[in-house]
Order: sequence, then structure tokens, then C-alpha cells
Amino acid sequence: MATKSDLPQGTLDLLILKVVALGPVHGYAIAQRLGQVSRHVVQVPQGSLYPALHRLENRGLLAGDWKETETGREAKFYRLTGKGRAQLETEAASWQRLTEAVALILKLSEGGAE
Amino acid sequence: MNWWHRLLRRKKMEEQLEKEMRFHLDQHTAELMAQGIDPEKARRRARMALGGPERVKEECRDARGTRWLEDSWQDFRYAMRTLRQHPGFAVVAILTMAIGVGASTVMFTVVNGVLLRPLPYPEADKLVAVNGHTDNFNTKLFGKQNVAYPDFLDFQRESHALTLAGILFNGGTASGAGEPEYVNFNEISSDVFSVLRVAPAEGRTFSAEDDKPGAAPVMILGYSFWQRHFGGKAGVLGSSLVLDGKSYTIVGIAPAGFRLYDSEPDICTPLGQDTAKYLRSRGPHPVHVLARLRSGRTLAEAQAELSLMGSRLAVQYKDTNRDRSFVVEPLRPEVGDLRSTLWLLLGAVGLVLLIACTNVASLLLARAVSRERELAMRVALGAGRGRLVRQCLTESAVLGLSGGVLGVGLAALGLQPFVAFWPGALPRAEEVQLDWRVLLFALTVSLVSGFLFGLAPALRAPAREFEQVLRAGGRSVVGSSRRLHSSFVVSELALAMVLLVSAGMLGRTLLRLSSLDPGMNIQNVLVAHMALSPGVLADTGRIRAAWQDVLERARRVPGVESVAIVDTFPMREGFNAMGYWPTADVPPENKQPQALATSVSPEYLDVMGIPLRQGRLFNEQDRMGGELVVVIDEVLAQQAFGGEPAVGKRVWMPDMGYGPFVVAGVVGHVRHWGLAADDQAQVRAQFYYPFAQLPDKLLRRWSELMSIVVRTNVRPLSEVPSLKRELRGAAGDQVFYEVHTMEQLASDSLAHQRFLLLLFGVFAGLALVLACIGIYGVLAYLTGQRVPEIGIRIALGASPSGVMWMVLRQSLGMIFVGVALGTAGAWAAGRVLKQLVEGMQSMEISSFATMIPVLVFAALLASFLPARHASRVDPVIALRQE
Repeated sequence: MATKSDLPQGTLDLLILKVVALGPVHGYAIAQRLGQVSRHVVQVPQGSLYPALHRLENRGLLAGDWKETETGREAKFYRLTGKGRAQLETEAASWQRLTEAVALILKLSEGGAE
Repeated sequence: MNWWHRLLRRKKMEEQLEKEMRFHLDQHTAELMAQGIDPEKARRRARMALGGPERVKEECRDARGTRWLEDSWQDFRYAMRTLRQHPGFAVVAILTMAIGVGASTVMFTVVNGVLLRPLPYPEADKLVAVNGHTDNFNTKLFGKQNVAYPDFLDFQRESHALTLAGILFNGGTASGAGEPEYVNFNEISSDVFSVLRVAPAEGRTFSAEDDKPGAAPVMILGYSFWQRHFGGKAGVLGSSLVLDGKSYTIVGIAPAGFRLYDSEPDICTPLGQDTAKYLRSRGPHPVHVLARLRSGRTLAEAQAELSLMGSRLAVQYKDTNRDRSFVVEPLRPEVGDLRSTLWLLLGAVGLVLLIACTNVASLLLARAVSRERELAMRVALGAGRGRLVRQCLTESAVLGLSGGVLGVGLAALGLQPFVAFWPGALPRAEEVQLDWRVLLFALTVSLVSGFLFGLAPALRAPAREFEQVLRAGGRSVVGSSRRLHSSFVVSELALAMVLLVSAGMLGRTLLRLSSLDPGMNIQNVLVAHMALSPGVLADTGRIRAAWQDVLERARRVPGVESVAIVDTFPMREGFNAMGYWPTADVPPENKQPQALATSVSPEYLDVMGIPLRQGRLFNEQDRMGGELVVVIDEVLAQQAFGGEPAVGKRVWMPDMGYGPFVVAGVVGHVRHWGLAADDQAQVRAQFYYPFAQLPDKLLRRWSELMSIVVRTNVRPLSEVPSLKRELRGAAGDQVFYEVHTMEQLASDSLAHQRFLLLLFGVFAGLALVLACIGIYGVLAYLTGQRVPEIGIRIALGASPSGVMWMVLRQSLGMIFVGVALGTAGAWAAGRVLKQLVEGMQSMEISSFATMIPVLVFAALLASFLPARHASRVDPVIALRQE
């Protein structure tokens, strides 16, 4: 399922996991948080958020519970499972490595051009 | 949550999804409103941001991973609905499949039971058979060699790889309680039950102490014999039974269905107690040896070990064991030449199934074409191609499976009658049952056929440009499907043709074989085995007197014309082949030509009505002390003496142990091996020699094998009770058993061919009917599609007969191609049949000549109805339709 965001492939999952890792949170709040944190640099269409959440839940990385919000409405709160936490760590680490490597390469090529 | 869990809670999950979306929208709207945007606008912006709740929901459902299952469920319900809407189509398709699957399931069940199922013993794959082998032995004629008892004992004592058990097949008279009865008894070594890992039903098996000369005589009864003879009473253990004049104590009962080499023994006695001389010598090889591999040992190790022991024996006992080796093979069920017959029938049934599939495929295709608009509409609404293919396949799988379930039901009903109908006894018949393998087979067959016949319509369905279809209204675009339809009809006709011609060839073969002259007068002749009283067998003088007495008593029974005794009679399995030579310098054994030897009392040739060609028949003067004589048949006369007159010539027969013999007469050839098999038999030459000239040392052995033949002038079977009564002997323990009439035996010798003919006839009939339904369906459909066109033709002046001819021409084209392909197929099938069926001759051209018109006529008949329908099209109505 192709995500319609401009995010690199697979990063949406990582971002969601990271946001959920901060504590149980419902879908709308995740959308808000992603919008704030990324300071509107990265466009996350809300439409692709929910399929991603359901996919992660399906893979057992997230678990959903129906709870009341502070306004008294019932909402589905997502939280990280043990498996999800492990996945977040490995993905975060590999993302780190990847970006470092990419940055290194970019620097090299700039150096070569000068 | 498991996927089925998710599937079951589908409704709840849908509600939750809806709730989650609503929550999101409400939150977003509320937030926007808080920023001062008016409610209407805020709601719209929230919706835009989310991007259409229905699409998001759809993607969430996809993410759930149970999509395929939900879709299949949907497809399944849709398929059921469409089938219910067209009950006629559904019934025809399901019944067709049920017949195809049912017939193949029955055949497969038989194949499975007889050929595929392992022997019914624990760890049957560890069981092996040990056979002897001598290079100059004619294995092809006589079968595999068994093992000498002393060799067996050596192996049993020394082998590290095998635990061995020996079995000796024997027969005798059981007497004591009630009517004396001839029984087959097996002398077994004490390990037979433990090697097979079979426990007795009652009592115990033999111990090592029982299995020695001089031990107390004990016996184990076969289950059926126990039921038959003692009514299954448990009290028989410890009581005694007389077998061949010797009293045995019954110590055990074998379990029900216990078989040794596919025959259930009546009685088992310990082999080690038998002190017969031939069991002490390494010369004769009477013992069947089976064994179990010890744990961790392989077949190769066992073979190596036995080869080594065999070569040691060859050095140690040069006289008997030179050139002798031993072969270890996995123990297989004894099914004789059934293997090829069964595969042949399974193949034939496969053709019927294929025709059934083709039939349903053409029906489905016809429907797919008329559903084109529906499918095009679905494509227009966004259905993917793969999705449509899947839906079509689901529909055909539902058809296939329903047909399959019904088919298995039919098979379960038909199985027992089919097995009972098998000519002779089907070996391992008790193993022929529906088991998981059969069910798996039926399931696979129905699913695969479902996909097979669903594939063509399915792949075709979305291939069209859907706008074009929608615009055309599904009427004028049938062109390309016509070729596919025709190819279905053609293949159905070709397959039906293969079966029809095969049935025809079998029928002609059977006709030809039954009109063959058996070489004797088979009418009004009764044959039966005869066991003399065990008491007289010890003394040769008493044996000869006893046989004389039997002949005289039988002759006195009213209705009996003449009577004789003989060791092997025609059309039965027994035979005695031996080498002969027309001069005194006889070559070594494996260079001698073979002939069938038959020991007879003087009247035999007369009783059987075997025609005399030259010289004389036997008479009472051909006895001990007289000139040694034989009567030979035409085949032997030709083989041994060419064209020269044979009477008065001499022949040497080293296997007889005496001779030479003077040829007293030449008689006609008798089809000893049965009407069908005799022409291809390896040994056809025959000679007869007088039982009265048999030396004393052979007399006892022969007397255990003799049969009695009786020519009557009333219905032969009506003589059985009086013969039985008359021949009971002085001690009342002489037995007259296994009674047959010669006519019955001659007819039984064709049972195999008759059975094949019947099955092929049924298959061919089914194939013909299915093919005709197929032709009718396809033509009716195709002409139905052409109604407007035909209307225009008629409006423009085409005559009804012209229109009819147009339709018939179309079907004639298909019939022609079908028959051409079918002829090639039938020719190939004929070659296979010739290999597998005795008495079948090369291509019977006449069966092509009879079957092609049958097929063409039936096919034309099936096309006639649609053609007539087309010729009666009313142009006004037809054009108004357009």
C-alpha cells in the first residue's frame, strides 16, 4: 500500500512508533503531534495515518484500547507493545546509521566538487 | 488476535472503525471551530484533511490482513446466490461433476486399497521377503523361488540384520467334529506372529518349544475357520482336532482378517514338527520366508549378510547350493497382474472426469459470455481484473466442491457393490475403504477440476474492452468465444471416441474369445478336488485300491456317464511343466523345451471329449509293468517331430524320473490356460501319461493333488450331493471339494475381459451422454446468440432448411475434428489395451467402423434440436429484439 505522504518509505511507521512511545495516545492526537513536531516540514496526510495505525496494530507493534478522553468521549488509545518497543529501537538505530551515512556521502561529494 | 478471530468479530471492528473516524473528525472540527471558523466550514475542512472517510476506512480494512478472506466469503455468498438464481444450470453442472468425481473416487479407492496402502502390520516398511534364486531356474514361468528349510534355519540362527519367519503352504483333511473338511493349513515357524507383530485373538501363539520335532502337536485356528467350524466359541482352546489323521491341541485363534500372502489360513501348525524328508534336504525349496529388519538395520545390510551366508552355503553344500543366491526385497502385497488393470481403469475413469470438466467448462463459458455486461459494469465501478478472476474461480470452486461432496457420497454408496462385482476375489478387498487418502484425492480432484473448468471463462471475462461491451449490450461480440466453445466440443468428442472405441475393441475381443474352441467338450462336465482318506496314504497298494474304489463308486451314481481322475485340469491355475526331448541325448535342463504334463486315469480323454487325431487313447492295459506310454497333443507332435507321424516315436522326460515313453496317440490341443490366455502362454505343448504307471515313490505326493472329472447326462451340479455321499469312503473321511463345472471355468477364464468390457462400456456410455449434452448446450447457446442474425437471414429470404443446414454445418465441423483427434487417441489407447488384456489382437479396425457412426449420429442428434430451433426463428420477433 503506497503511502501518499512525502515521507521516505517506511518513515511514517517509525514516526508513529516514536510518538506512541511517549504514552498512550489517540489517532487525532498523533496527527496533531506529528504536525507540530515536524513543524510542517513534512506533510503527513491524515488519510494515510489510520491505515498505518491499523497495519502496525495488526503486526502486533501497537495495541489499541478504548478509553475516555478528558472531554468524556470514548476514543481508541494506541500504546506500544513490547514488540513495538523493540522494533522502534532497531528502526531508530538503523535510521540513525542511514542518515549519518547519507550525510557523509553528501559531504564527500561536495568536497569533491570544490 | 488471530485472523479468524478478527473475521468473526468483523461487525464489531467495523463499528469501532466508524467510531474512530467520527472521533477524529469531531476533534478536528471542534478545534477549527475554536479557532473561530464557523461549524459548517470547519466540518468540511476536517473532512478534506482526512481525505474521504470511506476511502480511509477501505485502506484500514486492507491493512487488517483479512481482506482476502472477507472477499472470499463475499465471493462465496455471491456464487451461491447466482447458482440459486439458475437452478437448472447448477443442477446439471453439479450432477456432471458428481458423476465424474464419484467414478474416479471409486476407482481411486480400489487402487488405494489394493496397491497403495501399506500391509496391515505395524511398521510394515521394515518387513522383507527372502527368496532363493538359481540361475538356470525359469523364474518367468514358475515365479520366484522359495527357500530350503535347512537354509532357512541357518539364516534364522545366524542373521544379525533380520528376524526371520518361515511359512509352508499345505492342505489336508480336518476331521473329528462333524463333516470332514478339506482345509488349507500353513505350517509356520514360531516367529511368524512376532515378526508380523500380530497378536492372537484368543489363546497363544507358538513358542520355540512347539517348533521342534517331537513336541506335543498344537495348532492355531484361523478366525474364519473357527467361526465356521466351531461357531466362534471360546471353549475350543485346549480341545483337540484331527488333521490328516493326527490329533492336535488347539492353543490359539488367529485374529480376524489375518492373512499370509493374501490367503487366510484355516489352520496353522508348527513347521518345526514336520518331519517330512523334503524338509530335511537343501534340494527342494518349499518354505516362504518373510522377515523383519532389526532396529537400525537397512535392506542393503540384510542383503549383504544373506549374500555372504548364501555363498558360504554354496561352498559347504556343493550338491544343492551351487549357483544358488538369496534375494531380500521389501515385502509387498500379493496382487498379481492387477496393477496394470487398476491403473488402466483409473485412466479410463480419468477420461470421463475430463469430459465432465469440459462439459461444465463450456456451460460456464456460455454463462460468462452472457454475463459480460455485468462484469463490464463491475470493471467500470472499479473492480480489479484479479478480483474478477478470483470471483469467477470462487464460483467454479463452489461448483466443483459441491459436485465433489455429492460424488464422494455416490462413491461411498457404490464402493461395496463394485468390489463385490469384481471377477474372482479382489485381493486385499478388506483394505478397500474410504480413508483420508481417498478424501484428500476427492478434494484435490474436485478443487482442481473446479479451477480447471473455471479458468477459461475467468481469464476471458475481464479481457474485453468494457466500454465496447457496455455499448454493444452484450450482443454482437460473441465471435471469439466461438472458437473456445468449439474446442471444448471437439475435445469432448475426442475423449468420448477414445472410450467408445476401447469399449468396442474389448467387446469384439470378448466375442472372438468366447467363440473359440476350448479343444474339448465342456458341457455337462463336473470337476472337483478329491482328498483320499488320510489313513490310506501310508501304503501305495491301498492308495491304488482307493482310487479304483473312487472311480467305481462314482460311476455307479445315477446320471453319471463316465468318470476319471487327473492331477491338473484345464482353465485352472494348476499346471505341471517339464522338459522333454525326442532323442536319448537330452540337453541340460534350461535347454529343454517344456510341455505340460497331465497324469490321468484311462477314461480321462474320453470324459473330457478331447478328440483323437492319430493312434489310440489309453486303456486298462496301460499299467505298471506294461510299456510306458504317453498321449501327446498336436502342438507337442508338431514341436517334437515336425510333420512326421508321431505314433510309435519315443520321448525322454528327465523330470519324470523314469521313461522313455512311447507315443501311443495324438489328440487335439486343449486351451489349458483359459480361452484368452492360451495363445500367448509360454508353454502350450501338452502330454498325458497314465496315473497307473506312476512309480510308487511319487504315488503319495500325486494322490494329494488329484481331482475327479465326471461327465453326466443330467445337470452336472445336481449330482454333487449324491457324489459327495457316495465318495465319503469307508472311514467317512474322504473329501470331495472345490466343485466346478467345466462350462463355469471356461466362462470364468474370460471374467477379466468381460469385467473390463462392462466398465469400459459404462464409461463410454457416460462419455457419450456427457458429450452430447455438451454439444447441445454449446450449439443452443451459439445459435441463441445468433438469433438476430438468423432473423435477418430469414427476412432476406433464407429458407428454414438452409438455416438448419447452416447450424448443422457448424456442428459437423466440430464433429469432424473431434472424430479425427479421437481416432488418433483411440489408436494409442488400443495399443495400451493390447499390452494389458490377454487375447486382445492388434487394432480392431471394425470397432472404429462401428463406433464412429455411433458417435457422429449421437452428436448430430444433439445438434438437431438447436438447429431446428434456429430454423423456426420468427424474423419479426428476432428483429424487434435487436
